[in-house]
Amino acid sequence: MHAWRRSAGWSAGLAATLALVAVVSAAIGPVRIPPTEVVKAVLNALTLPAGVETTSQGVGPLTVSGVNIAYRSPFAFPVDRVHQQIVVGVRLPRILMAALVGFALAAAGTVMQGFFRNPMADPSIIGVSSGAAVGAVAFIVFPVALSTTLTLPLVGAVDVTLSHGAGVSLFAFVGSLAAAFGVYAIATRHGRTPVATLLLAGVAIQTFLGAVISYLQLQAGESLRRIVAWLMGHLSGAAWSDVAVTAVVVPPLFVVLLVYARDLNVMLLGEEEAQGLGIAVERTKRILLAASALITAAGVAFAGVIGFVGLIVPHMLRLVVGPDHRVLLPSAALAGGSFLVAADTVARAGSTELPVGIVTAAVGAPFFIYLLMNREVHEL
Amino acid sequence: MTAELPAVGEAGSPTPDGADPPPIEVSDLSVSFGDVPVVSGVDLRVERGSLVGLVGPNGAGKTTVLRAIKGTLSPDAGAVRLDGDPAESLSAREAGRRVASVPQETSLAFDFPVRQIVEMGRTPHLGRFDGHGPDDERAVREAMDAAGVARFADRAITEVSGGERQRVLLARALAQEAPSLLLDEPTASLDVNHAVRTLELVRGLVDDGRAALAAIHDLDVAARYCDELVVLANGGVRAAGPPEDVLTAAALRDAFDAETFVGENPATGTPTVTAFDAIDGGEPDDGGAGSEPTDSGSEPTDSVEPRRVHVVGRGRSAGRAVARLAVAGHAVSVGVVPEGDAAAGVAADADARAVTAPPFAAVPSERRDEAVALAREADVTVAVGKAGRAGRTDPETGDEAGANAAVLAASDRIVRVDDNFGADDLLDAVRERDGTDASDR
Repeated sequence: MHAWRRSAGWSAGLAATLALVAVVSAAIGPVRIPPTEVVKAVLNALTLPAGVETTSQGVGPLTVSGVNIAYRSPFAFPVDRVHQQIVVGVRLPRILMAALVGFALAAAGTVMQGFFRNPMADPSIIGVSSGAAVGAVAFIVFPVALSTTLTLPLVGAVDVTLSHGAGVSLFAFVGSLAAAFGVYAIATRHGRTPVATLLLAGVAIQTFLGAVISYLQLQAGESLRRIVAWLMGHLSGAAWSDVAVTAVVVPPLFVVLLVYARDLNVMLLGEEEAQGLGIAVERTKRILLAASALITAAGVAFAGVIGFVGLIVPHMLRLVVGPDHRVLLPSAALAGGSFLVAADTVARAGSTELPVGIVTAAVGAPFFIYLLMNREVHEL
Repeated sequence: MTAELPAVGEAGSPTPDGADPPPIEVSDLSVSFGDVPVVSGVDLRVERGSLVGLVGPNGAGKTTVLRAIKGTLSPDAGAVRLDGDPAESLSAREAGRRVASVPQETSLAFDFPVRQIVEMGRTPHLGRFDGHGPDDERAVREAMDAAGVARFADRAITEVSGGERQRVLLARALAQEAPSLLLDEPTASLDVNHAVRTLELVRGLVDDGRAALAAIHDLDVAARYCDELVVLANGGVRAAGPPEDVLTAAALRDAFDAETFVGENPATGTPTVTAFDAIDGGEPDDGGAGSEPTDSGSEPTDSVEPRRVHVVGRGRSAGRAVARLAVAGHAVSVGVVPEGDAAAGVAADADARAVTAPPFAAVPSERRDEAVALAREADVTVAVGKAGRAGRTDPETGDEAGANAAVLAASDRIVRVDDNFGADDLLDAVRERDGTDASDR
């Protein structure tokens, strides 16, 4: 119980930090908005389901003819209308997206470092990022209109149209999972997946997919610029719909990882010993791999390849809270959220916006070198 | 939970008289890595209250057998039963409650505190969301005290020494509170003090009713602490039984491909094993024969025909001669020596015949005649140290020196060596004195 209590303490503190970073971030930009107004604007935007009405005129996102869920805004602070729009319509979705992506990448990085018992592992180690990049780049180079009329039983004909951005995300998501599954399938024999084989298969697949990406870039022509921007990682243009999708995918997967945190601790002793201590090793490995691949895919599908968050944040937090994954996993995830929000704020604060991947790498790499010089990482 | 176990056990293995099935039972186990068979047809069982030692040369498959019992590798054939149930039918969790194991070494990339490593031993007893209850805390505390790791419980596992780390692993296994214990070289990196403490601890647990199977490379240690030894060599069980039955020169030659002298440890009274190079013919001594002090122009030989050798002398040096000659395969006798002499003790261990006489007294004439007869039968008589000069004594003198003079007088060939003789010189001299053997070559 002790570890979980410690975990809750750290999580509360880091969640508060994340909220603080988010508020400060929302205040920063071409239009400066006082933090108090940011808070008021956010509170104003809160809507809560307040009951069920039986009008035929729906206003909320859920509209069923005849039955409506009524929404009510509990707060009505006086806030400048433009400010309200900037905070809630523009900055907040981007900040939440950054928080979710950073949360997902740091959580997956923590799990991968434990899983591979290697402090150099990161979420892309099983090919997830490369797969996402191939999917996204392929879609950018050869866009297909994702607009079909599905004829579903019961419902009838439904028009389904995906925007270009959503198409990129979808292809990236599918590509990342395909790559991760390919790596897993290559490394698995007779129901066992040796970690070392998995690592090497990941390297091989990443190299191969790197070649595919380079070739696609040669063929890209005018879309090269967009490819480069995607590959560097970006959070601009995040809309509430993107946030909604990510917010539905990431937290449940994180809960799965957290449930296996203690097993992950025991797995650090080595697979044989973990088996001897009652862990169903192969099954646990499959679950951890699948959940980390999915949570990483959810992050990179929208934001592109954002490096260093999944490598550095788990390291920093391990130095602070120790190696126990019950404490480390939530702490690193929340800190990863704060880190990416802060990095994205830097990325968009200048006169020209930078891809956030440049900021995380430019800040992360020197910090990592600092850790190396202080021998902190050697000891891990 | 305890209520359901016997029922499953009954279904799993029919045991006569309703006796509990043994905690660990391995039958006809075969394991291979790819096409390479590692062990085949291994049978062993460990009862409650019994410590069984798994001994054998490097690469004999000791660790493989332990891993098969743990369930971390699946056998090609045969069965492992834990408390009567087939091991493969048990969940990892259930197996973890029945068998705890102390691995040879551990690799830890992250700096967990020692206490937390020990706490991990409780894993098979905890549900996914359970915290540590009072039972768990008691088990962890007792395990740390017993293994002597409480003192550094808050240090990081990466910061403790190799020996301390091995004790942490022992503590973790103890915290598991499983009725069976598997140990893989539990004392390999421990100093003598901690090695003994560890084995005394395991011995105590076994005496309290647990079952333990330990792979041990140190035969003396194995003989001292184990109730039974299983000798594993060339992929199979070569011998099994109480240490004094299993540790014989013949069994050890078979298993280790080495010549050994099995004596009795004077401090513990348990068998002690000393190994020598395999004497499968020695080295051909081409042309170097001229340097031999007893060379008489005979051709060098490169094989050892077992010979009857009689040793005259007393004390440790004569004992050493008896041991080395016996290990080399010669049929050895010794005498006359005082009762309780070191040479007589060695002769008893080596199954060599010793003619003894009461100390500080005249040698009874029938004893003297017995020794003389042995020397007369022998191909070679070896006179060690002062006994070599006994020839100058009047054989009719009634004391030991006189008896030895009579023995030497009866001998065909005599090899004289001093107290600090080199073992190889002795063996060469005995061999070279043998004219018939040399002429064959």
